[in-house]
Amino acid sequence: MTIAPKAPRKLTMKQRYEALTRDLDWEPSYVDRSDVFPHTEFEGIKIHDWSKWEDPFRLTVDSYTKYQAEKDKRLYAVLDGFAQSQGHLSLTEASYLNAMKLFLQGVTPLEYQAHRNFAYLARHLDGPGPRFAALCQSIDEMRHTQTEIHTLSNYNKYYGGFHNYLEQHDRVWYLSVPKSFFDDALSAGPFEFLIAIGFSFEYLLTNLLFVPFMSGASFNGDLPTMTFGFSAQSDESRHMTLGLEAIKFLLEQDEANVPIVQAWIDKWFWRGYRVTALVAQMLDYMLPRKVMSWKEAFELYFEEQMLGGLFQDLAFYGIRPPMHVDDAIAEKEILSHQVYWTLYQFSHAAAFTTTVPDADAQKWLSENYTETFDQLYKPLWDKEAKNIEAGGRHFARGLPQLCQVCQVPMLFTEPGDPTTLCQRESVYNGEKFQTCSDGCQWIFEREPEKYVQAWLPVHQIYQGNCGGPTVPDVLTWYGIQDGDGGEYKGSVDDRNWQKWHDAADHSNIGSEG
Amino acid sequence: MSTTASTRTVGVDIQESEANRSVVEAIEATNDGCTVQHMPGLVRITAPGRLVVTRESVEERLGREWETHEFQLAIVSYFGHIKEWDDDEIVIAWDH
Repeated sequence: MTIAPKAPRKLTMKQRYEALTRDLDWEPSYVDRSDVFPHTEFEGIKIHDWSKWEDPFRLTVDSYTKYQAEKDKRLYAVLDGFAQSQGHLSLTEASYLNAMKLFLQGVTPLEYQAHRNFAYLARHLDGPGPRFAALCQSIDEMRHTQTEIHTLSNYNKYYGGFHNYLEQHDRVWYLSVPKSFFDDALSAGPFEFLIAIGFSFEYLLTNLLFVPFMSGASFNGDLPTMTFGFSAQSDESRHMTLGLEAIKFLLEQDEANVPIVQAWIDKWFWRGYRVTALVAQMLDYMLPRKVMSWKEAFELYFEEQMLGGLFQDLAFYGIRPPMHVDDAIAEKEILSHQVYWTLYQFSHAAAFTTTVPDADAQKWLSENYTETFDQLYKPLWDKEAKNIEAGGRHFARGLPQLCQVCQVPMLFTEPGDPTTLCQRESVYNGEKFQTCSDGCQWIFEREPEKYVQAWLPVHQIYQGNCGGPTVPDVLTWYGIQDGDGGEYKGSVDDRNWQKWHDAADHSNIGSEG
Repeated sequence: MSTTASTRTVGVDIQESEANRSVVEAIEATNDGCTVQHMPGLVRITAPGRLVVTRESVEERLGREWETHEFQLAIVSYFGHIKEWDDDEIVIAWDH
């Protein structure tokens, strides 16, 4: 690889950045500045000097494109090698791919939405520094969308659950959790979006979202996912920087910005944290070979690095840790178990499969959750094992009440009482609305006029907007086919996997139904 | 649990690869008191207060020219604040 330039550089990095990024800006003379940038005042944020925005990466168009091209080349070399060598057969187990189905259905479409909104910021922020940083991030997000689709399309040739992720993202009940989260951010103003996605999501929570998926891929033989993950994460470090620069810039520009930013941190920490509920169960239950527990990941990436590091730094500006953070910390012992137990019972209506954790997995859970697993959750699985022995693996037949804000089914419990379901009720314009926690209720009551408009999948089914009144009608509307969801043991993926690994003749792989 | 910027831990996660070995070795050599931890596919380097990557020490080990922009191909994540990134060095530290 020859990346270092041969000719001596004429300008230093700082000078190049000044000349090629900052200097391309001009003061409008035919129209008012406020007509050129009409969206940066209505949120109440006060900016006095846009030139104070720092971009430590000092990116210019030429260096950006050079390194992004190199990242793509490396990724596609790995994808080719994996596909050519039938790499999918070296996964730990076909059930591992449930984590990737969830990723493709739930996360990849968010990358595209991020692409759209950063393109908007690249046009509408007043300063050339943040505009260019937003432009780079917008192109990055498009790259992530494309590389994730390319990477996972290899599995679509052989396994269920990958074939209709885009439509499913817009329709299926559990995918409304990530979708509504991002829609909430897209429909906010430019500064709130920066704090929501740039800061809360990219800086506060990104490691909790991405590193578990990528380490899971690494441990379970999924080389392409690990590679796209690291390729995307290398951009992510730039995105984290943009988020951090954004918050420091807003806090330094005017003291009146501090309470506005604090309220956005309070809101977006909890919104983002609720989305990571899906990651928690993935780590603890979906990976055949475990990497680290949710609890451990949360302690390392959130408690240690963010509460112990970042928020100490932000205290200087008068920023305190997010409201309701103590509830999140208290939940780390119970979160993944509650979420997976729910998904287990509803996977007949999902585009991934679930199964009872085997003896080894339960032992691991018990060792990693010494306070809760044996006491609270093992009894559930023991009872289900008896059901299965008696021929009755069960699925829930009703539809759950969803939280009006995070859209997760009402499965969370009262703080300090893991056996009592938590449900909060608020009244707005004479109508009752349900939320899953103090965090979500606080968010609802802060902006009820926004959240009463939520597209709640269960309500929509009952209103007759989802293909029809029966489960098969709704599944058809979801584009879920036989073999996409339900029980893993005995599923199409499971049977194919056994056959492909037992048979001497591999010439037909991929041609079975 | 108040801490100061001069001692509070900062860190960087680097993709574990042949090409990045020199980068990791250079960081180890440049930063006294840093801790190197190997995770699946990743090398995590943490240090109290401050972590520096210098062009010179990477080039020494790599045996060719290396511009600091190339660090973008190695970095997976970090915590702290990127205080400086110029032709000669990258510095990660907290501000306050």
